[in-house]
Amino acid sequence: MIRILKHIFRTGIVTEPLPPITDPEIGKIGVQLEEAIRSRFQRSLAIRQVDAGSCNGCELEIHAINNAFYNCERFGIHFTASPRFADLLLVTGPVSHNMEIALKRTYAATPPPKIVVAVGDCGCNGGVFGESYASLGGVGKVIPVDAVIPGCPPTPTTLLQGILKAIDGKF
Amino acid sequence: MIRLKSLVLNELGKDAREDDSLAPSSVSSLVVPRKRFADAARTLKKDYALLAAEWAADETPFGRGFAVFACFRREQEYLVIKTEVPVGDATFPSLTKKYAAAYRFERQIQSLMGLTPVGNPDDRPWIKHEDWPANAWPLRKTFDAKTTMQRVPGEYRWIRAEGDGIYEIPVGPVHAGIIEPGHFRFQAMGEDVINLEEKLGYVHKGIEKRFESFSWQEAARLAGRVSGDTTVAHSLSYSRAVEALTGTVLPDRAQWLRALFLERERIANHLGDLGAICNDVAFTFLFYQFHRLKEILLRTNHHLFGHRFLMDRIVPGGVVVDIDGEGVLAITNELAWLEREYEPLVTIYDENASLEDRVRDAGVLRPEQARDLCAVGIVARASGLNLDCRVDHPFPPYDRISVNVPVLISGDAHARAWVRVEEIRESIRIIREILRTVPSDGLIVPIGDPLPDRSGFAAVEGWRGEILYWVQSGPNGEINRCMVRDPSSVNWLGLEQCIHGNIVPDFPLCNKSFNQSYSGHDL
Repeated sequence: MIRILKHIFRTGIVTEPLPPITDPEIGKIGVQLEEAIRSRFQRSLAIRQVDAGSCNGCELEIHAINNAFYNCERFGIHFTASPRFADLLLVTGPVSHNMEIALKRTYAATPPPKIVVAVGDCGCNGGVFGESYASLGGVGKVIPVDAVIPGCPPTPTTLLQGILKAIDGKF
Repeated sequence: MIRLKSLVLNELGKDAREDDSLAPSSVSSLVVPRKRFADAARTLKKDYALLAAEWAADETPFGRGFAVFACFRREQEYLVIKTEVPVGDATFPSLTKKYAAAYRFERQIQSLMGLTPVGNPDDRPWIKHEDWPANAWPLRKTFDAKTTMQRVPGEYRWIRAEGDGIYEIPVGPVHAGIIEPGHFRFQAMGEDVINLEEKLGYVHKGIEKRFESFSWQEAARLAGRVSGDTTVAHSLSYSRAVEALTGTVLPDRAQWLRALFLERERIANHLGDLGAICNDVAFTFLFYQFHRLKEILLRTNHHLFGHRFLMDRIVPGGVVVDIDGEGVLAITNELAWLEREYEPLVTIYDENASLEDRVRDAGVLRPEQARDLCAVGIVARASGLNLDCRVDHPFPPYDRISVNVPVLISGDAHARAWVRVEEIRESIRIIREILRTVPSDGLIVPIGDPLPDRSGFAAVEGWRGEILYWVQSGPNGEINRCMVRDPSSVNWLGLEQCIHGNIVPDFPLCNKSFNQSYSGHDL
């Protein structure tokens, strides 16, 4: 236990914009996000992430916004286990033929305001997988999309920016 | 020891003939008549060869029919056995009774190429879902990739368990966490799992078909996105298959940088997995600590090479980024820092009794099961199989940098975590060696024009395990077929087997200790 506590103290708080690595973008986005989330969602934005056919690259970066550096929870953003209490669906694509029904059902299970953010080049337009018998293309082909976050995969910073854009435009 | 090729030649006599269309020459290839296909497999099984992959190709553009291939591996040797299947009688003898691992390969061949494996006990489609038209075989040349798939009524026949107190838990495809989609169905009694059945294919994006519409160079982008977490190893394996096919000889510096990327990818993913394994037993301290280390590595990747996961840095013919003296220094310093940060965390992992209580003896895949299923990579090494392509099938610089392969025999979640712990240490050592010896010749050479009707093969040890690519050129030197075998294609079978006797709440832990790819499997 002593060892764990020692390591915790030695590590300190790595959440940015504090050191060791400073990326000015993250802090700035964070303040804006916090305001938007405070005024529109009573300080809590619940996100349900749906992989509708991605290669798992976008998922790694979505995981990263949870890590100690980006620490999205400090802005009131958290990921829920069910669409039933989600404010926002974060959908990675392309939407595969085999995921089309599951994605539509997830969308139907989400209560309003049902904000949908399509993540990654594939989520925007199908990316390198394009449109074929197995890939329907971008998320917008299957459910209504409010905002897109391009990138292959988008960096954690871009993801936070994209989420802000989505909740700004909705009201 | 007699080579695998000689074993088959001795057994089949004049029925087997050598096939010289496959490159590199270190991988041998034989053509056998259809009726002797299973005999060849039986002979190889008797002599301890493992099945690495089974796939089919549509060879009608050459005026032939279909062909079914099975790739076997024993120590340093790969042997590809090919048999031809006429269009009018699209069947081939199943290998499932010899090799359990053939079970899903053959269902996949049947689903996507429409060739029936005679003798396979399971005729349910795989990857192809039950609502696809039965005669939609996307990998056939007669199937247009742009076809809009119609939905037809259909139902998947699940394996059922019945009786008092037995119930069923369906999970997925949309899971509770931030992970890829797949469906798991548990038959349980109380908390004990009686059976687990996987149904995958949800992220089938038609990758193998898509390869056929790209040029050799363009397709490297696609290979880098077969499984986004393994982008380096997939683009490397694809590139090596293309280089084998075209006889391209690479500058040494390119090879060294590829190895550098491969080891960095291994460390980053293993760190992420160790954190996630700890998270699934509610030990969040290590989750955040390991992910902190991973994030720093990814940032260094971005800073030095322009991409956090190193996507599109490896292309057929070489690499597209270089490293300068400052970069070498940055990585060297980072490795020293990583060791300082990593080792105390490993000690904490190792000494924590509550963590040990959860990971020891959870999800045991016994060595004989791993062998029967022909498991690969970390899963195999945690279950007593000493397999690593960096040792068995090396490319430079692995032919002169020794790689120590950690092998454990307990086959539990702890063993799979500990193999990762050891491999991170080993990769740190290997990267130091790479940086010390990196040559200073070129980065990239143009690849030659592929001759028609040739094939190229490559095996690369990604962080999950052995990744195989087999590419075939068409009549005009274009891509006729690109077979991708991610380690997940075989290791998913292991997860089903290791779960018996465990409790339902331990499933996330077992699953995370395997951490197989859905996208790499579904293609």
